[in-house]
Amino acid sequence: MNGAGAEAGAQPGMMLADARAVCPQIHTAPADPAGDLAFLEQLATWSQRWGPWSALDQPDGVLVDITAAAHLFGGEERLLADVERAFVRRGLMVRTAIAPTAGAAWALAHFGPPRTIVGPQEDMMRRLGDLPVAALRLDADVLTVLRRLGLKRLGDLAGITAGPGVADDDRDYRQHEASGRDALHRRFRNRKSPAANPLIRLDQLLGRVPEPLLPVIPQSVPMVQRRLVEPIRHRSLLDRVLDDLAIDMARDLEGRGEGARRLELGLWRVDGEVIVRHLELASASREPAHITRLFADRLDNVDAGFGIETVRLRASWAEPIAAQQGDVEQTAQRHGTSLAACIDRLTVRLGPHAVRRPVPRASHLPERAVRWHPPLDPLPVSQGMLEFHQRPLKLLDRAERIAVLYASPDGYPQRFRWRGEVHEVIRMEGPERIAPEWWREKSSVRLRDYYRIEDAEGRRYWIYRHGIAGDGRGGAPDWYLQGLCA
Amino acid sequence: MPDAASSPGAKAPHAFPISRRGKRAGATFSPPTDATLSAGEIAALSKSREGRWRPGLSDQPWHSEIFSETADASGAGLALGLARDALSAASREDDPLAEPEDRRQVLWVQDARAVQRGGRPYLHGLPHELRDRLIHVEAKTPEDALFALEEGLRCHDLACVIGEVVGNPRALDFTASRRLSLAAEKHGVALWLIRLEALPDLSSARMRWRVEAAPSTAPRWNAAAPGPPAWKAELFRARTHAPGKWTLSNDDGNLYVHTPATTRGDDRRPDASYDRTSYTRRVGSRRPADSGDLVRATVGRSLAAVARG
Repeated sequence: MNGAGAEAGAQPGMMLADARAVCPQIHTAPADPAGDLAFLEQLATWSQRWGPWSALDQPDGVLVDITAAAHLFGGEERLLADVERAFVRRGLMVRTAIAPTAGAAWALAHFGPPRTIVGPQEDMMRRLGDLPVAALRLDADVLTVLRRLGLKRLGDLAGITAGPGVADDDRDYRQHEASGRDALHRRFRNRKSPAANPLIRLDQLLGRVPEPLLPVIPQSVPMVQRRLVEPIRHRSLLDRVLDDLAIDMARDLEGRGEGARRLELGLWRVDGEVIVRHLELASASREPAHITRLFADRLDNVDAGFGIETVRLRASWAEPIAAQQGDVEQTAQRHGTSLAACIDRLTVRLGPHAVRRPVPRASHLPERAVRWHPPLDPLPVSQGMLEFHQRPLKLLDRAERIAVLYASPDGYPQRFRWRGEVHEVIRMEGPERIAPEWWREKSSVRLRDYYRIEDAEGRRYWIYRHGIAGDGRGGAPDWYLQGLCA
Repeated sequence: MPDAASSPGAKAPHAFPISRRGKRAGATFSPPTDATLSAGEIAALSKSREGRWRPGLSDQPWHSEIFSETADASGAGLALGLARDALSAASREDDPLAEPEDRRQVLWVQDARAVQRGGRPYLHGLPHELRDRLIHVEAKTPEDALFALEEGLRCHDLACVIGEVVGNPRALDFTASRRLSLAAEKHGVALWLIRLEALPDLSSARMRWRVEAAPSTAPRWNAAAPGPPAWKAELFRARTHAPGKWTLSNDDGNLYVHTPATTRGDDRRPDASYDRTSYTRRVGSRRPADSGDLVRATVGRSLAAVARG
């Protein structure tokens, strides 16, 4: 909310209808926290023109470290004047302050007189003592507690921790300080976060304890683009532009010593539409031919409309790869593609979930004991597999129900029907009992008794009985066929 | 069994022009680079080419097809057995500079119907050395499966490619199989394509097998349990070998020819005597003496086909 709105009577937290009733000509815009944050990041990077190092202070502040930089602007006053001038030129309102610690500068900028400058030699408590305790960057509930305790200004808080203003003698003074600080310390003894503990905040403000800040580091993403004189409508021209972009991108990435993992291709159409195509690579690569080939599959359904005027290629995720010497003889001998290129081509055409590798998972249930991972990811660390039993070569996605003839419900299967064909069980090994995982499943889940069987024609299967008769978890147990042995 | 000398190849002209063939790694018989061959050389050539297939041959074709049913995993089992056999044979012959352990990946491509009908490979049931080297591709259509197979064959970092396609899809015609053959031979990556529930239509595969499950021998310690996998395999079309039928067994990672005497007869009781000597272990160039009567004589192969090889 700006000053004009506040003068007209609108307040933060007010409902929009009330605000409109108070001030009919009020202008509103929807909240955009993500956009504000992005703008603030940009502003923090821009603010590094006054100092080598800056940090975000969400939601609406920027901290700049101007240590040993003020003389470049002709002193601290002129530096602040320059800051205000620059912000006004961008159409932004700003309140500025300079202080030896980040906490003190924040307090002065939010609650102090404008353009305050506190030097390192000055008594900080005297300059800051009149500010409200809200200047300590505390949470709202802590502020309520402090207000109930009657501590309204920074001076009050400092007075408690430092004892009565004039100490009679040195011993008395130190005793007072210890008792006041102990009382406050006990009050907030289990508040570890600085924003919830006024003592930590006060010490940070006075520079007694260090306050770590996260600096903003600008990071540029490799990006190449072509603005086209004549909008293109044909695929062959687009392929040509893409070739050029891929070569530019390869040069850019080579200069950084990186390879792209994710690429975004943006096509700006004349009529204002933007078409974006994403591509993710199995391993970092900067080969122009590979990139072009992968994008060629993605460009089949592009509707050029009245023409495409700008094409932009961005590597939003890049990983370092070492420069490799091209070996002429080796490439001549080892024709064909590398594994990463092969995986990329398969993934682009068939989708990321079609190309996977099985990795073991700690589970007793056969279908849960395998997890499917992307093919070139490093193998997760897992315990060695215990192999007491043979497992089938192939496992059906869903175990198929079979009709089984048996001598007794708990006995061995003698004959079963699967997919309309009757199989005579000749040889059999089992049962191997696999109990449900009680720590994960409901108590009504039935156990499984697995049998490895061979029928009269030598076909080998892995079947199980789901539950045992009389286990109180349902009627007569069903039989399922789950795996095909080699 | 009639010797190869009685085959039409022996009644050859005295000199036969042979085109210069590219040298393939691991060929048992490398033809002389001279443009002509004498009758004796042709006889030796035809004999070496028309020899019966046996496990452990180093001259494995790059493209084989295996026809089987979806009701059992014998197709996948035999494909894995043949693939491991070929890879171990290739690693025996390779130069000493090669890596001691093969760490290349194996690509296993299935189309959606193959996954639905026959399931997908199960990690804990795979051979040990393949467990962390398998990349599985699930293609929705046969066209996508063929694309994945061809991309895999073009990749020089793969040990081999195994494919499973159900039926006779329109996309898998002679042209497609020829593409696969050429890609496999050019880049030196072997392909075993499992054709589930398919008719043996026109194809350019160098070896074509038909396989079904066979009763296994009884394990030594539990005679009532199913033993190591065994298959009745029929090689019904091969470019360099005579057709034949074998009962193959895959025990502790090696492919054996299983003598017919040890297959179970009518009695349903498992054969308790487990005699390792009844197997013919594949060793070097020793000829499997006991599989001879299963192989029929080579007929109808022209000399030109032999020389073209």
